[in-house]
Amino acid sequence: MSDDMDFEEGGAIKKFMFVNRKAPYGTIYALEGLEVVLISAAFDQDVSLAFVDDGVFQLVKGQKTDGVEMKNFSPTYRALEGYDIEKLYVERESMETRGLTEDDLLVDVQVMSAAEMGDMMAQQDVVISF
Amino acid sequence: MKFAIMVNEGPYTHQATDSAYQFAKAAIAKGHEVTRVFFYHDGVNNGTRLTVPPQDDRHIVNRWSEIAAQHNIDLVICIAAAQRRGLLDDNEAKRQGKDASNIAPGFRISGLGQLVEAGIQSDRLVVFGD
Repeated sequence: MSDDMDFEEGGAIKKFMFVNRKAPYGTIYALEGLEVVLISAAFDQDVSLAFVDDGVFQLVKGQKTDGVEMKNFSPTYRALEGYDIEKLYVERESMETRGLTEDDLLVDVQVMSAAEMGDMMAQQDVVISF
Repeated sequence: MKFAIMVNEGPYTHQATDSAYQFAKAAIAKGHEVTRVFFYHDGVNNGTRLTVPPQDDRHIVNRWSEIAAQHNIDLVICIAAAQRRGLLDDNEAKRQGKDASNIAPGFRISGLGQLVEAGIQSDRLVVFGD
């Protein structure tokens, strides 16, 4: 912690939302985004994850990455529960336009409309998108 | 108001870093405080002192170093993202057995916790990226 920032003792818990918008392996955003999510668990904040656009592909079951020589990091999403990160929101429009249903996803999520997702984002203190 | 900034794209390739700098400058000019800039993804490349742009172009790295020195801004480069992309300070270079370091003045290398902390401690965390 740097000295030049005031740290409020016993400050209120903030609502952090991490918005995942990119497919898992075409770019590094999803993997490095997940690293932030895992670190955030150590700070006892109110953390949620949103999956929109191609970000919904991050949660698809049965990812096989040997052919692209990348580590399949999708099992990490299953481990989030162990970090008390249990609020996973998927935008219905993004999921359906990609031909996916909830059964295709490897974790339990709450599916909501774009409008509901917008309301959810409006309630956050901090929104970080990847 | 107390602002923290996140920069997620590399210099010269993407406008995110220019926009972040202009935002910081404008916020300070209006009497706000910019406490920390956190560099993530390719944004870590904002902090290499080996950058040599053409003489008639803006020097993005020096610009960050100067504004940080003038206004006491904490410039933090994510260690995991930096190591992947070949950005090291003296300590890390020694620890990793590398023959050089390349971090620019005013920048420091630290962990992702610094990003979450900035989100907690600032009034607004503003994210610049793709």
